[in-house]
Amino acid sequence: MTSPAEIVFRREWGRAVAIVARLTGDLGLAEDAVQEALAAAVGRWSGGPLPSDPAGWLIAVAKNSALDRLRREARRPGKERDAMLRLSQRDSPHPPGRIADDRLRLIFACCHPALDPGIRVALTLRALCGLTTAEIARSFLVSEATLAQRLVRAKRKIRDAGIPFRIPGDDELPERAGGVLRVVYLVFTEGHRAAAGPRVIRDELCDEAIRLARLLAGLCPEDPEVLGLLALLLLTDARRGARAGERLVLLEEQDRSLWDRAMIDEGTRVLDRATRLRCPGPYQLQAAIAACHAAAEHPGATDWAEISALYAALARREPTLVVQANRAVAVAMAEGPAAGLAILDELREDSQGRRWHLLHACRADLLRQLGRTAEAGEAYRTALALDPPPAEREFLAGRLASIESRVP
Amino acid sequence: MRYLCLLVGDPDMAAPVPGTPEFAQMLSEYESATQAMAADGVLVDSGPLQPPPAAATLRVRGGEPLVTDGPFAELKEQIGGYYVLDCADLDEALRRAATIPAARYGAIEVRPLMVVPGQA
Repeated sequence: MTSPAEIVFRREWGRAVAIVARLTGDLGLAEDAVQEALAAAVGRWSGGPLPSDPAGWLIAVAKNSALDRLRREARRPGKERDAMLRLSQRDSPHPPGRIADDRLRLIFACCHPALDPGIRVALTLRALCGLTTAEIARSFLVSEATLAQRLVRAKRKIRDAGIPFRIPGDDELPERAGGVLRVVYLVFTEGHRAAAGPRVIRDELCDEAIRLARLLAGLCPEDPEVLGLLALLLLTDARRGARAGERLVLLEEQDRSLWDRAMIDEGTRVLDRATRLRCPGPYQLQAAIAACHAAAEHPGATDWAEISALYAALARREPTLVVQANRAVAVAMAEGPAAGLAILDELREDSQGRRWHLLHACRADLLRQLGRTAEAGEAYRTALALDPPPAEREFLAGRLASIESRVP
Repeated sequence: MRYLCLLVGDPDMAAPVPGTPEFAQMLSEYESATQAMAADGVLVDSGPLQPPPAAATLRVRGGEPLVTDGPFAELKEQIGGYYVLDCADLDEALRRAATIPAARYGAIEVRPLMVVPGQA
């Protein structure tokens, strides 16, 4: 359904939005203008060969569209006049800054502390990564109308409160970087997990998150958590080729020769740099866990004792359901399924845990290993009833069928 | 862009009491913060407010003025002063507002002024 032209132009979405937003100070206007340019591009270029510089074409058309919109509206003469002047300049000069990347400016605006924390990820996915409101709403399990309204409100605030499209100065950077790291991490997760949406767009979310993490690491080379995040994303993404095929492939079943060795080496080097700064944090701990997996040539060689110790350290800092569940899996590997199951059973008391399909999927797997087949079947069925994403659904249904076939 | 900074006192926080050296110190910090903003061309206006009991609230209904004693809303937190700043963007306004001592003893609400058509 997605034409080659649309794929090429969609890839340039974030850059085009970022440039028009910087020139106009108005994110809503920028998105509308780029949307119009994208539609024009697909209409014009879908039949034949693409222009030699698709990004340049898209940005030029988007700038013109923004200019037209400003002329039509002309509601706030002073500010709009400045924006029109900037838009009509052929080659707009970059404001000073260490890294002149418009997408980095855009993400600092989307993650501004004056914005509701609950909308920042969605805002970034829409503005920077070009996901549609419908796609974001689906993955956050909210109604499209509600999300659309909240996005409009946030964009209006960026414009009306004068939230700048700029990279904070050195003095503000440490406090502002934390919020941005969180959003970059969630953009990656959005691409990494097997949720709804075409594969090609999902991969681009991962690429975009890594690109942003690299830019941030260039901006804050001495911040251990910035380096930790970059290492984490590299070490996780290195498994991409082995992870997703026709169906989701679990870590222990992955063909490790498909792992991207260069990426693992880079991730490990970045993590070493972070560790030398001697200030551990959640991203570094998660990266260290990913590095443990990456270092094992085959699943049996995995240092599960080290991994469960790292998860325990992580759980002390972030005692979330996801971290606890992961710790349970690691403990099960290090000390046996019964030890892991004990942790999961505790988590099942939690009301959120009860409704989380992965918790039941993990329980099912440990029960299966313990030979408690009937309970395992029950747990698989509970997980399936909680509406897991398609790839996981298929996997769980397969496991359920295999234990049921063994039951006499 | 112009921003109204409302200086809001926090009754649960101990602010310096008039007559103490700490109070004199705070006043001099207000003065130097305000002077720096004026020197940089950011300051449009500023001033401390008399306490809420000094306020009168006016409503005109059916052409008739109705005046009542006190502020329009009784809040636990009291607005003690204001600054109007002319800044490039919200970050600059927040940076400037952080130099006002009230930020340490309470809170400062930074609210953008609406741009009205016809004003440059």
